[in-house]
Amino acid sequence: MLRMKKELKLMKGNEAVAEAAIRVGADGYFGYPITPQSEVLEYLMAEKPYERTGMVVLQAESEVAAINMVYGGAGCGKMVMTSSSSPGISLKQEGISYIAGAELPCLIVNVVRGGPGLGTIQPSQSDYFQAVKGGGHGDYKLLVLAPASVQEMADFTTLGFELAFKYRNPVMILSDGAIGQMMEKVELPEQKPRRTEEQIREQCPWATLGKPKNRERNIITSLELDSLKQEQVNLRIQAKYERMKKEEVRYEEIMCDDAEYILIAFGTSARISQKALQLGREKGIKVGLLRPITLFPFPEEAIAKLSQKVKGMLVVEMNAGQMIEDVRLSVCNRTKVEHFGRFGGIIPSPTEVLHALEQKLIGG
Amino acid sequence: MEHTLTKEEIRQEKNLVYKKTNVMTDNILSYCPGCGHGTAHRILAEVIEEMDIQDITIGVDPVGCSVLAYNFFNLDMQQAAHGRAPALATAIKRLFPEKFVFTYQGDGDLAAIGTAETIHACNRGENITIIFINNGIYGMTGGQMAPTTLPGMKSSTSPYGRDVQMMGNPLKITELVAQLPGTCFVTRQAVHTPSTVRRAKRAIRLAFEYQSKNMGLSFIEIVSNCNSGWKMTPRQSNEWMEANMLPFYPLGDIKVPEK
Ligand SMILES: Cc1ncc(C[n+]2csc(CCOP(=O)(O)OP(=O)(O)O)c2C)c(N)n1
Ligand code: SF4
Repeated sequence: MLRMKKELKLMKGNEAVAEAAIRVGADGYFGYPITPQSEVLEYLMAEKPYERTGMVVLQAESEVAAINMVYGGAGCGKMVMTSSSSPGISLKQEGISYIAGAELPCLIVNVVRGGPGLGTIQPSQSDYFQAVKGGGHGDYKLLVLAPASVQEMADFTTLGFELAFKYRNPVMILSDGAIGQMMEKVELPEQKPRRTEEQIREQCPWATLGKPKNRERNIITSLELDSLKQEQVNLRIQAKYERMKKEEVRYEEIMCDDAEYILIAFGTSARISQKALQLGREKGIKVGLLRPITLFPFPEEAIAKLSQKVKGMLVVEMNAGQMIEDVRLSVCNRTKVEHFGRFGGIIPSPTEVLHALEQKLIGG
Repeated sequence: MEHTLTKEEIRQEKNLVYKKTNVMTDNILSYCPGCGHGTAHRILAEVIEEMDIQDITIGVDPVGCSVLAYNFFNLDMQQAAHGRAPALATAIKRLFPEKFVFTYQGDGDLAAIGTAETIHACNRGENITIIFINNGIYGMTGGQMAPTTLPGMKSSTSPYGRDVQMMGNPLKITELVAQLPGTCFVTRQAVHTPSTVRRAKRAIRLAFEYQSKNMGLSFIEIVSNCNSGWKMTPRQSNEWMEANMLPFYPLGDIKVPEK
């Protein structure tokens, strides 16, 4: 096996996900083409990771098949993933719910495009609710990471697998067409070896690897017909989400110390908002930026704390107002919370964001 | 005069004529008495025991009456979403090419909601074994029409009989997958008489042997009864099956590997 050292490369966000997956020692990728994420599968097919590390790559017949292949692989304790964009992620929802219900680890990348329906292939953040509030049927959650750069596409691929195995829960990278498609410098990690079957047996004693004589059979299922037991399953899963809320909240604060106004934005919107922040500061407006990195668990406490000392918050999203609901729940009316959004595949400009801040909060 | 064995003698190892395979658990089957699912389970489990591959076999069960098959097979098993078992099996086998992987699916699961997964797994030639129980009806949900329901056959969603003009024709998916280059062995069997059970078991054994030789996908249809869904006694259902199902779904090999 080739020993890949740490490396600096110019890549698309989608390619960074694919390369990082190979380097973290992923065992399998199952996907179906859809713009703007097809480069993940294309890159993997061109890179031949089955020769580099033994990683399996398969173009499935549909997103439905792809997510169920992920279920099968994850049920064997393998490090498996899929990626897609909005309409494809909608198709995967039944499978994602099964994976959450069966408590399996896996990584799902959503390079969001504008909807509803076939929508547009341009970037959007309109799948926030779907990603953060469950998405499929039943009471479950994904741990959701929101990258704002190509570097974070790579980093969160590694982190995503780590968290998926830590919690035995699906992790979603909620990206968008802009971050998936743009090229940036990215530092790639060293190649890690894929785990051996022995290591999988040790790390995942629940995995279906064939029943040896000396242990009970392992069963991967989300079925429990006895309601009292099903309630216990639900309670166990909910306890994991509580633990995530305690241990996994990640966010970034920029110039919030002296800020009178706070922009709250994730992913591409956060990059635009950071530029708006600079423009605002140049004009003498004391504005800061809070960028949630985990969308679930949500940085409730950090937002609550800021809400006690600022004059207002502007939630900037490329949707009609989704994350703002979580911001309002965190703020509890302690300060004014307004929304600025462009949608249908439009990325707002920094001046637009600053203008919205002035109009909706400062002037108003 | 023949000596009648005492209870104690019956229990002696030397007088043993039948033993339950250890690839089945002691859990009580959830199937209706008289249903073919139990027999199909047993012969599949016996093949795995005889080949001594319990520790390297992973099974995938469907949504349908056999959703709880993982309680009955003493194997590592995964429970798939309705129709998706071939997708799970595809990934498992590709990630562990040296293990044995099978799916066990009903006709609604395999030939309606899971048609795409079935055809594409067959067409890619995944090295797995698919056991397909065709009872012409949706057993688990209470006897609704299946893709395999015969013309004129009554079900809870075709209460006046399947009208093919309105409801479409039954799908002979087994003949269909036999056309695909990825399948190596396609056969239709039954398990309602001692001789059909023996033939079906031989077919399952062959399928697992082909799997070990990486020859492609083996597809074994088992035409079976659903006495509850058909609203018949077990015996009536088997007679009805012979008279009606088997002429439409004739038993025998449809595709065998080239010698
Ligand atoms: C997505 C989805 N749709 C519908 C169902 C309901 N459902 C459960 S079993 C079943 C039919 C099973 O019939 P078949 O595959 O023929 O198996 P049998 O019960 O006859 O053995 C259906 C429709 C489901 N569980 N999931
Ligand atoms: S409903 Fe039909 S298929 Fe299901 S267990 Fe009963 S007889 Fe068998």
